[in-house]
Amino acid sequence: MKTFEYRTATGLADGLEPGAVFLAGGTNLVDLMKLGVATPDVLVDVTRLPLDQVTELPGGGVRIGSAVRNSDLAADRRIRTGYPVLSQALLAGASGQLRNMATTGGNLLQRTRCRYFMDATMPCNKHLPGSGCPAREGDHRNLAVLGGSDACIATHPSDMAVALAALDAVVQIDGPAGSRSIPVTDLHRLPGDTPERDTALEHGELITAVDLPVLPVAARSAYRKARDRASYAFAVGAVAAALEVKDGLVHDVRLAFGAVAPKPWRALAAEQALRGQPATRESFLAAADAELAAAQPLRDNAYKVTLIRNLTAATLSALTGDVR
Amino acid sequence: MRLTVNGAQHHLVGLDPRTTLLDVLRERLHLTGAKKGCDHGQCGACTVLLDGRRVNSCLILAITQPDARVTTVEGLGHRGEPHPVQQGFLEHDGFQCGYCTPGQICSAVGMLDEVAQGWPSAVTESDSEDLLADAEIRERMSGNLCRCGAYPNMVPAIREAAGR
Repeated sequence: MKTFEYRTATGLADGLEPGAVFLAGGTNLVDLMKLGVATPDVLVDVTRLPLDQVTELPGGGVRIGSAVRNSDLAADRRIRTGYPVLSQALLAGASGQLRNMATTGGNLLQRTRCRYFMDATMPCNKHLPGSGCPAREGDHRNLAVLGGSDACIATHPSDMAVALAALDAVVQIDGPAGSRSIPVTDLHRLPGDTPERDTALEHGELITAVDLPVLPVAARSAYRKARDRASYAFAVGAVAAALEVKDGLVHDVRLAFGAVAPKPWRALAAEQALRGQPATRESFLAAADAELAAAQPLRDNAYKVTLIRNLTAATLSALTGDVR
Repeated sequence: MRLTVNGAQHHLVGLDPRTTLLDVLRERLHLTGAKKGCDHGQCGACTVLLDGRRVNSCLILAITQPDARVTTVEGLGHRGEPHPVQQGFLEHDGFQCGYCTPGQICSAVGMLDEVAQGWPSAVTESDSEDLLADAEIRERMSGNLCRCGAYPNMVPAIREAAGR
């Protein structure tokens, strides 16, 4: 590991010198430093900032401090009741140990697990811009079918972020130039020809909180994740869904896909196709098809299109049935 | 910096910022119970309790934990009086080679505390469910790998410890 200077952040708008990065739970960053993929000159520890509370917003909704640990958030009664898809997504991710360390902000900002990105000796346009991408011809079984580019087809690995994308969550950001907020669906960028930039954050900007709006449909929501083993593995495909049915018709719906794109993929085309339609498996499949029409599968990842299609139908069908 | 491990206070001088908590425990304090399996947070062999919570000590930079309280497998139970989880592993033969065992035991202790607090898992369907059913224990312990495959005997070992 390359050596670095360590300090703790004392304020929200300290700013960062070039070569400095924020450190929170460290579950991804420390690993990438060991691998030589991340080589920061300075680590600024933000875990001592007072950002570790889940609070209710004045007008309703919930504010999740960016330093709230994944395990605490998953167990929070307000999340389990009002936004079950978020609790389920968190619990589907990583392990008990990692969830005790990982934070809300850090989870959002974790990097792809693409094997070429994780290997400092391999070409990768994300860790070394311009070095090329071996994934198109190489190992892309778990890489993107939506939103990729010639330069990069990495997938975003988070489960939590997929649920947040479905829930219309808003990211609160603070930095040297002041504070701002953006929808979580605008936090992660598509790679285009600058895949080295994962997010819309400027250098020195810090996520301070994630806000969940008042969203009645979210009370009936679920996260379903497919993976290569029963537990403790990244998704090969995942669906976050919320559904409200009235008189047999889809009254309101939220849908997002995971492990298929460089960002948590809010499925707006599918939602639009579903509103007002009969809440049936046929409608759900047709809606998934509307979203997946844009898919550009490669040699070894076309299975994801079928997988997401079926996961979407299964998850929405389950939400039409049992009341939890 | 100061670090309290198994109740004993240590002053660490000249610590390289790259040093993980796992390396401090093993190389500085010679507590070799926690193991360096994968060193990437994927196997759970390095699991210890940090301020009472189970964590992967291989992914924690020691410098980030001034004044923390760490419990390793060496700090569980007393001589001649093992911790209930350790006793359970003995009685149910919850191991073969033993390499993953300290991590399994620390993880189980942390996990039972999470269950006591009512935390759900990925397989929890409702509040009324038995959080120590076989499927629950397997899911909650999935962050600890055992290449000998001694999992079947760990499940009753852990469940029994919960009742003691």
